Amino acid sequence: MDIRHTATTCPYCGCGCGLTLETSQGRILRTSPTPHSPVNEGRLCIKGWNVHDFVQHADRLRKPLLRTGSQWQNLDWDNALDIAAARLAHIRDTYGPDSIGVLTSARCTNEENYLLQKFTRCALRTNNIDHCARL
Amino acid sequence: MAGLATSFGSGAMTNSFAELAHSKCLFVIGSNTTVAHPMVGMRLIEGRRNGGRLIVADPRRTALAKLADIHLRLRPGTDVPLINGLMHIICEHGWQNSNFISTRTENFEELHDSLRQWTPKYVADVTGVPQDMLLRAAELYARSEASAIVYCLGITQHRCGVNNVRSLANLAMLCGQVGRAYTGVNPLRGQNNVQGACDMGGLPNYYPGYQKVEDCAARAKFEAAWGCTLPARNGLTTIEMMHALHDGHIKAMIIMGENPVVSDPDAGHAAEALSRAEFLLCLDIFPTPTTELAHMVLPGASFAESEGTFTNSERRVQRVRQAIPPLAGRTNSQIIAALSRRLGHVMPNDEPCDIFDEMCALTPIMAGMSHARLDTQSLCWPCPHQEHPGTPILHQTGFTRGRGLFAAIPHVPPAELPDEEYPFLLSTGMRHAHYLTGTMTRRCGILERELPELTADIAPADARRLNIREGARMRLTSRRGSIVSRMHITDSVPEGVIFAPLHFAEAMVNLLTCPALDPVSKTPEYKISAIRLEKV
Repeated sequence: MDIRHTATTCPYCGCGCGLTLETSQGRILRTSPTPHSPVNEGRLCIKGWNVHDFVQHADRLRKPLLRTGSQWQNLDWDNALDIAAARLAHIRDTYGPDSIGVLTSARCTNEENYLLQKFTRCALRTNNIDHCARL
Repeated sequence: MAGLATSFGSGAMTNSFAELAHSKCLFVIGSNTTVAHPMVGMRLIEGRRNGGRLIVADPRRTALAKLADIHLRLRPGTDVPLINGLMHIICEHGWQNSNFISTRTENFEELHDSLRQWTPKYVADVTGVPQDMLLRAAELYARSEASAIVYCLGITQHRCGVNNVRSLANLAMLCGQVGRAYTGVNPLRGQNNVQGACDMGGLPNYYPGYQKVEDCAARAKFEAAWGCTLPARNGLTTIEMMHALHDGHIKAMIIMGENPVVSDPDAGHAAEALSRAEFLLCLDIFPTPTTELAHMVLPGASFAESEGTFTNSERRVQRVRQAIPPLAGRTNSQIIAALSRRLGHVMPNDEPCDIFDEMCALTPIMAGMSHARLDTQSLCWPCPHQEHPGTPILHQTGFTRGRGLFAAIPHVPPAELPDEEYPFLLSTGMRHAHYLTGTMTRRCGILERELPELTADIAPADARRLNIREGARMRLTSRRGSIVSRMHITDSVPEGVIFAPLHFAEAMVNLLTCPALDPVSKTPEYKISAIRLEKV
C-alpha cells in the first residue's frame, strides 16, 4: 500500500501545532504530531490527534447547492458560479457596492484571506469585510 | 487588537510561546490556557516546573489556577480595578521601572494621577481579592527579573475589553516587562488563523500588513498593484454588518467558513438579520445553522485539501500542505478567483505560492517570506527581507509606534449584572474536548463521546439552595432567549456564577448572551450576562 506523509499545521486554536497526516489513496488514515515543530515538539491535544475524523465526515458538502423554495438543488460548479456572480453583480449595481458585506475566515489560509479581501475591494468595490477576530 | 495597537503600535503577541517556559513570573489573566490553548498551557506548566512563579487571575478555579502560586479570584468584570490596584501598590512601593518609563514611554503622569483612588482597600472591596494577595502579586510581577503577561478572551470579551488590554499594557510598561526575552504582553488567539486573517487585511479599515484604507498613499499603492480604483471609506465590522442587514442597508452577504448564527452574541438577532438578505452566499465544508439560511452554499476545501500558510498567535507563519485533493473538486482560492473573474476583476494568481508572493510584495512586515523559505523553517513577522531571520520578540529597541503610550483607564462595569429577576451571572467559554461552535469537533467520534451534550457549571452552595442534583436538567433564561442544560456541580465556579460552553448548536448559549459591545473594538461582552434558572 502506498503511504504518504504530509506535514501541515493544525486547524483548531491559535497554537499552530505541527501535524503530520498519513494518507493512502486519497484518504487520511491517521494524524500524528510533527516531531520537529517548534510549537508542539511532538505533542498534541485530544482535538489534534482526532482531526482527520471531521475532514472525511459523511456530512461534508460535496456539491454547490441552490435553494429553490424549501428544497436544495445540486448544481455543477460553472453553473453555480454563474448564478452567484449574476446575483452579486445585480445587487452591487442596483443598490451600490456598500450593499454587500463579506465575512472572511480565521479558519482559512492566509492566501485565501488575501484573495477574498482583494475580491471584496476590487470586484465588489466595498471595504465591508471582517471576520470573527473580535468574537 | 485595538487595545495593544493603541499602546504599542502593534496588536500582536509581543513574545513567543517557547519563552514562557523560562519566564521568572507568569501572570495569566482571562485565559483557561490548558483547555483553550493546550500547548501554551504545557509551556506555562513547564515554566512553573523551571521555577517560574505563576499568578492566575480568574473568577473560576481552572486547572491552571489550581497550580498557581497566587490565584486572584476576582469578581467577573473587575479586571481594570484589579490591574489599577496592582499598579497603585507598585508605585507606592517604588517598584516601577523609572528608566524604562522615561526612555521608552509617554503620558505616564496621566496614568500615575489616575491610580491615586485605587487603594488596596478600595480594590479589595471592588474585586473581592484580599489585600495581602494583591500585594504579593504586585511585588512578584514588578520585581521578578522577567515577567510575562498572558491573556485571552476573558480579557477581551467584555464591553470594556479594550480598556482591559490597555491596562495590561500599562502594567507591563510601568515595570519595564516588555521588549525583552521572557517578558511581554501576550494575547492568545482563539483560532488557528485569526492573526493571519487580520494580517491579510480581512478587516474593514486595513489592507494587508495593517496599511490603512483611509491613508491615500497606501490606497494608491494597492490601486496600482491591483489595477483598479479602490473604495476610500472604511467598511463595516461584523456586528455592524448584521445591524445593516437588519435595517436593509446591506442586501447581500458572502460568508466564508464562519458560523455567525451560532457564534454571534444575541444569536437570535444574527439569524433574523441574515434571513433578511436578498442573497446569502456561504462557502463552508459542513452544513451549519448559518448555511441553513443561505440562498446558495458552495462546498469548501478543508485545511487538509489546501496549500498555503497559517499564522499562529506568536506571529509565526507556518506551511499548510495539501494531503488529499479537494473533496468537492475545487480549492477555495480557485472558487474566489472564478467568482472574481465573473464579476469583472480578473486575478492573475490563483495558485497559493503565487498569491503568497503577490501578498509579500505588498506587505512590508512579510516581505522576506516565500513558500520556499517557509518549507525549511517557520518565520515570525516582521521579516522585512529575504535574509532576515524573523522577529520572535517585538518592541526590543522602540515600540512600533515609537514610545509606548500610557493612559488612565477608568472602570466600566459590565452592561448587564444579575438582579432579582435574573440572579445569576452567566460566563461562556470552552471545554477540553470541543472547539468553538462544534462544527468540527462534534463530528469526531472520540471527542463526541467525551462530551456529548451541554453541561453548565454551578457552585455547590447555589445547587444546594436551589435543590439541584448533579446532572439535573435546568432551563437557563436571559432577557434574550432560553435553553435547557444539564448542570454540573463544581467549586470551579464561584457562587452566583454559571459557566457554560458554546459548542452545542442544539443548545446555543449565545441565544442568552448580552449584545453589549466594546465601543472601540466592537467585541461583544460574552463573558457576562444575567440569567435565571428554572426546573424543566
